[in-house]
Amino acid sequence: MTLAPEIPAAPTVRLSIDRVSKWFETSRGPVHALDDISLQVAEGEFVCLVGPSGCGKSTLLNMIAGLEMPGQGSVVTAGQPVKGPSRERMMMFQESALFPWLDAFGNVMFGLKRKPGLSDTERREVAEYYLKLVGLEKFMQANIHELSGGMKQRVALARALAPNPRVLLMDEPFAALDALTREQLYGDLQRIWAQRKLTIVFVTHNVREAVSLGDRVVLFSPHPGRIREEFRISLPRPRDINSVEVAGYATRITRALKDHMEHGAGI
Amino acid sequence: MKRFLTAVVFFALLVAAWHWAYVARLWSPVLVPSPESVARYLGEIALDGSLWSSTVVTMKRLLAGYLIGLLAGLPLGFLTARVQALRDTVGVLALGFQGLPSVCWVPLALLWFGQTESAMLFVVVMGTLWSVILATETGVRNVNPLYVRAARTMGSEGLHTWVTVMLPASLPFIVSGMKQGWAFAWRSLMAAEIYVTILTGFGLGHLLHYGRELNAMEQVVGIMLVIVLIGLLADKILFSPWEKFLHRRWGTEK
Repeated sequence: MTLAPEIPAAPTVRLSIDRVSKWFETSRGPVHALDDISLQVAEGEFVCLVGPSGCGKSTLLNMIAGLEMPGQGSVVTAGQPVKGPSRERMMMFQESALFPWLDAFGNVMFGLKRKPGLSDTERREVAEYYLKLVGLEKFMQANIHELSGGMKQRVALARALAPNPRVLLMDEPFAALDALTREQLYGDLQRIWAQRKLTIVFVTHNVREAVSLGDRVVLFSPHPGRIREEFRISLPRPRDINSVEVAGYATRITRALKDHMEHGAGI
Repeated sequence: MKRFLTAVVFFALLVAAWHWAYVARLWSPVLVPSPESVARYLGEIALDGSLWSSTVVTMKRLLAGYLIGLLAGLPLGFLTARVQALRDTVGVLALGFQGLPSVCWVPLALLWFGQTESAMLFVVVMGTLWSVILATETGVRNVNPLYVRAARTMGSEGLHTWVTVMLPASLPFIVSGMKQGWAFAWRSLMAAEIYVTILTGFGLGHLLHYGRELNAMEQVVGIMLVIVLIGLLADKILFSPWEKFLHRRWGTEK
């Protein structure tokens, strides 16, 4: 079996964000996006970052991905400071960011082609494996515009998983989908996460979504972005987003979010 | 099939109307030749070979100039999109010259190069270059930045990103720029051939010019038909495959 060394889950790593701050230069002067953020993510942990827009959670995700650099502090994965993008840390965006000039298969192949040490046959097999994993084996040759929103995000998930990353970074990946499709994808994501023992950092402003997916929910407040509070979600899996237990946690977190917002506004 | 039949009927009717106008002597036969005489003329030049040799001369000039314009225009467009200093200089230059009707290059080309192939080439390059630069620049600047970021996380950088992301992502703009460049090049070459008699090659524009000199209306109309036909063929051969690809992938077909 040629896939043997590629398919098994790679050992997941600890992710360490240490006293990170970030400013942006804008036409209206500098904006303080993140202030003294420290966060530890354990191996195989599913962490959700929640907060209103402008709290810098996407910026933090970009810094973990290596797409942006911290102004101060450091991001460390597997004992190495993050200096740029890497196949170890793949990212999924709110819009699928799939390439319209390639078909579904070609999109998944894009990252694999950049990965050294694989033969072309192996790459094709890996791409097919992941498209099957997300349930799209019948749509390999489909053009991107022919796919529904949910299917696009499935292809994007397959594309992100294909280079076998240790960390998966997800920036509101399901925000643009309808509720039913979203719930299907929650199920798929949890199944794949459990199977692959990935470390996932998931950004959302949907508290219920965070509660039904995460081991831990980290609450951010804006202007500048700060971590306010953390909640450990000790509910058995698989979780149903419509269950009373999820709703209970969500209510508590939403209340905390509002408290911090009001408190923040009073400063 | 139905579309093909519709087209055949349309053009048959058009020729019939022309024939009728000729037979009814609506205009003097000197001004409106019969379809038969035009067909006879085209048959003659096809048989004596002058149709093919003129077409080859014209197409050689067109393709050479077009390719040079394309090969220079694409990288210049990429650079103009990326470098602010170039956008403020070459970008403005391209915008200005693109607005200049390409026939206006003919007098300058004649003074610079004389009655030579270089003059022809220069006019065609000037017709192509600026539209390709502008279209490429617009295309690159319209690329969704998310594509580039996604590509970077997948290990793409530098030249690889340019070739595998920026270029295909801006393809819809580039192809329409290539089409426009082609049209401008074609027009400017015909203008140059009509106005400039050079001894190194006798193109379709020259045939058209001599048709006028000799008052041979069937020659004028015949060569015009050939020029129209070449334009249609170029569209089908050069651009249709690209456009089909774009429609299929991007889903822009109605």
